[in-house]
Amino acid sequence: MTPDLTNESGGVVVTKMNDLMNWARLSSLWPLSFGIACCAIEMMGALVSTYDLDRFGVFPRPSARQADVIIIAGTVTFKMAERIKRLYEQMPEPKYVISMGSCSNCGGPYWQHGYHVVKGVDRVIPVDVYVQGCPPRPEALIGAILELQKKIEQEQLIG
Amino acid sequence: MSFDDIKLLLTNKFGESVITGEEYTGMQPALLIDPDRIAEVCLELRDNPKTYFDFLSCLTGIDYGIDSGRFGVVYNLSSIPYHLQLTLKVSKENNRNEEELPSFPSVTSVYRTADWHEREAFDLVGIFFEGHPDLRRILLPDDWEGYPLRKDYKTAEYYKGIKID
Repeated sequence: MTPDLTNESGGVVVTKMNDLMNWARLSSLWPLSFGIACCAIEMMGALVSTYDLDRFGVFPRPSARQADVIIIAGTVTFKMAERIKRLYEQMPEPKYVISMGSCSNCGGPYWQHGYHVVKGVDRVIPVDVYVQGCPPRPEALIGAILELQKKIEQEQLIG
Repeated sequence: MSFDDIKLLLTNKFGESVITGEEYTGMQPALLIDPDRIAEVCLELRDNPKTYFDFLSCLTGIDYGIDSGRFGVVYNLSSIPYHLQLTLKVSKENNRNEEELPSFPSVTSVYRTADWHEREAFDLVGIFFEGHPDLRRILLPDDWEGYPLRKDYKTAEYYKGIKID
């Protein structure tokens, strides 16, 4: 932007610091690029051109330290649960969790006889938004991002 | 080469005692083999120019149930040059005590692909393979207790503080 443009008409926006920060945060929700099972395929579908989650500022990051939100897309086995917990702990605050699909919501088809499956990722890390479906369609994941944005909008980080 | 020809080939080479029975009820006929000699039998079937069973399609560990007290392994062999399939089975009685796992000779020296297959059978059914180069769990975490695909497996209440059921 040229200085002329930024000074155009010399407008001033007055807002609350809290609102400005929330607006900035909810407009660039960076998820960890992390998928576990078939739901991850739908997550990838939501991220690329047809559904293009990038228009909501959702842009996957390869490092937990750069991520705002972790989308648990798939079956959480006990072996993976430890890794998920560790990734979650590596994310900087404030951080959010979207549980995508029946498996990570409650164990899904493995709710019985699933000796190896954690019956809900919320037994390991706190979940902000649950997305139902097996797997959920990309629209449903976009819906979850919008829900998360509403939640962030209401938060009070300062004051 | 027919099923009977293969049977004849094995009895000529190893004697009558190597084949302990036959099964015709499955999708394809199976030969029941003396468990102690399964590795030799596989090697012969792989290297004999009349059979060339050069590919182990699948290896399965089986728990035949608490009543029978038997554990077994099924080998599905394929001969790529001759388009042949053959099923071999071995089984043994075992007291289901986890200190004394049912034990069979490893066929990793014959088929490299048996390495991970045998690890899986060890991991989930608790079958020990003598002579396996690296027999440790392959799917479950290293500190998992028990063998989940055994018929008498009871799901634990917790794993590392996470409730299971």
